[in-house]
Amino acid sequence: MAKKTRILMAKPGLDGHDRGAKYIARALKDQGYEVIYTGIRQTPESIVQTALQEDVDFVGLSLLSGAHNELFPKIVELLRENDAEDIIVFGGGVIPEQDIPVLKEKGVKAVFTPGTPIDEVVDFIEEHTKT
Amino acid sequence: MTDKKEISREKEKWEKTTLKKVTDRFPEMKDEFTTGSWLPIKRLYTPADRKADNYLENLGFPGQYPFTRGVQPTMYRGRYWTMRQYAGFGTAKETNERYKYLLDQGQTGLSVAFDLPTQIGIDSDHSLSIGEVGKVGVAIDSLKDMELLFEGIPLDKVSTSMTINAPASVLLAFYIAVAEKQGVSKDQLRGTLQNDILKEYVARGTYIFPPEPSLRLITDIFEYCGKEVPKFNTISISGYHIREAGSTAVQEVAFTIADGIEYVKAALDAGLDINKFGRRLSFFFNAHNDLMEEIAKFRAARRIWAKIMKDKFGATNEKAMRLRFHTQTGGSTLTAQQPNNNIVRVAIQTLAAVLGGTQSLHTNSRDEALGLPTEKSVQIALRTQQIVAEESGVTNTVDPLAGSYYIENLTDTIEEKVFEYLDKIEELGGMGQAIEKGYIQKQIQDSAYKYQREIEEKERVVVGVNKYQTEEEPPDDILKVDPELRNQQMDKLEKVKEERDSKKVQKSLQSLEKAAASDENLMPYILEAARNYATLGEICDVMRNEFGEYQESIVL
Repeated sequence: MAKKTRILMAKPGLDGHDRGAKYIARALKDQGYEVIYTGIRQTPESIVQTALQEDVDFVGLSLLSGAHNELFPKIVELLRENDAEDIIVFGGGVIPEQDIPVLKEKGVKAVFTPGTPIDEVVDFIEEHTKT
Repeated sequence: MTDKKEISREKEKWEKTTLKKVTDRFPEMKDEFTTGSWLPIKRLYTPADRKADNYLENLGFPGQYPFTRGVQPTMYRGRYWTMRQYAGFGTAKETNERYKYLLDQGQTGLSVAFDLPTQIGIDSDHSLSIGEVGKVGVAIDSLKDMELLFEGIPLDKVSTSMTINAPASVLLAFYIAVAEKQGVSKDQLRGTLQNDILKEYVARGTYIFPPEPSLRLITDIFEYCGKEVPKFNTISISGYHIREAGSTAVQEVAFTIADGIEYVKAALDAGLDINKFGRRLSFFFNAHNDLMEEIAKFRAARRIWAKIMKDKFGATNEKAMRLRFHTQTGGSTLTAQQPNNNIVRVAIQTLAAVLGGTQSLHTNSRDEALGLPTEKSVQIALRTQQIVAEESGVTNTVDPLAGSYYIENLTDTIEEKVFEYLDKIEELGGMGQAIEKGYIQKQIQDSAYKYQREIEEKERVVVGVNKYQTEEEPPDDILKVDPELRNQQMDKLEKVKEERDSKKVQKSLQSLEKAAASDENLMPYILEAARNYATLGEICDVMRNEFGEYQESIVL
């Protein structure tokens, strides 16, 4: 059997609003994925390090403070620098609609805004899981 | 008076006749009804549902123990609650302009939102500040920024609430130093410090130091303000963020009061007089959509706190038993979809807070699930309060829903369930232990998970999100913070560092270091460093070196 899909849920930046991140982590776990959660206040460097160490397939970023434009692309960039561009990055939080195309252009595969059903996240993961 | 037994008998008769005829043909929509927090609700409440019908003991009169009916005898007949909109973004100068606008619009108190670097005690030039400067609040690095923030606002005329916890003593010192420059004496200052670190460990996340030194900083503030800044509320024990993290209404009250108990214990250990510091404790709660449950929650919270201060801690001054509270409408109830619907939610929540007897209120703006609120949205939010105050009529009598069979039953039920939690927390060794063991975090998360599952399963309706959805254009008038802001803030910081007397700064930081290693009250040392333009980051670094930093224990 193929190895289970591994997902790192991470909170970059300084905001402590982890309700969303923890919900997604737990809901994805319930769906049968292996999920690792970093805790709050993680630097892009430490998130990438954990992603590499844990050999994950996806990194989910949650941020509600508005620092996403700076921090999400930084994580994509650091993964690339570490030859890990195959790790798929997605994000969520309080993210204005206008910012989403810019984030996608910089390599964030999907952005899930408040109110997104978990099924949409699962569909996204299934669609992008290597077989 | 008809007795309870007779009412129960008659109710049974009614169930078998009038009711049955209807339910046989038209069944109710659900088998079981509950409040938003899963408390069971009966179809009908009657006087037979009052647990103990002892009016004088349980309800009494407003302004008297146990304060169920309110903390003042006249409530809103005397004066409305303080309308206090939490605001702050970008630079001190921009925020100062927003404050002047709000005061001009009839707001009666200020409430400062600080950005995250400020809240965790680092300066704007710190590498962790990248992307965060000025985002969720105003950036304050030194006394200089605080001077700009309150320029043209006389501090003896306004009351100012500051949402600041781990570095509360430093921001209070900046505030006092600004007042000194304005020629306003400390004993004229009115306002509130949030200063509630325990809920940061379980819900909000802006901690710096471990619990023990954090509690010392808090009791230092209690002691210092008791002598020097007597009109300031030294703490705002906050359930708001616990609820935002997903707790139920019962858990919100239970964990907040458990935090309160911990602070009282710490202050008593520090040798402070409960009848003195007890008067300056204040609380902060959330207002959600379940109107009746929320009203009952506020009433129950008042009665519980009064009992605890009197019976558990032996307070004798009634003023030290009063639970005075600020309310904010529930941020997590706002939807990004159909944002104008949020105006209606906020109006319901405003009613809950007012019918629950709040002392001050912040109403959220309709667009806060999308980003920072625009000036127009903030105005609607403030107008919502003004309409409830001046048009709805609910302010004309004290505690108007008292005596409702349902409200009183819910108030009793919430009280009972809160005391069950308090016993459990006591068993675990108090709130410090309960947090360390992850018990509180787990309780909150389980509720949050259940709540979100219900939305996913459409068992819980959120209008515009999982029912009555429409296709929408994304709104275009979102308030944006200039990404260049950090650079501006860093330039300003550099200039402050050039202009100040660095010898004085070093000397005051060294004195603070010594005091931190002793058990002296730190407030005078922090104030001296603040006056000399030591930065927030520098002051907090001295304490970080002495106290260490807290590490999150992850509970999933």
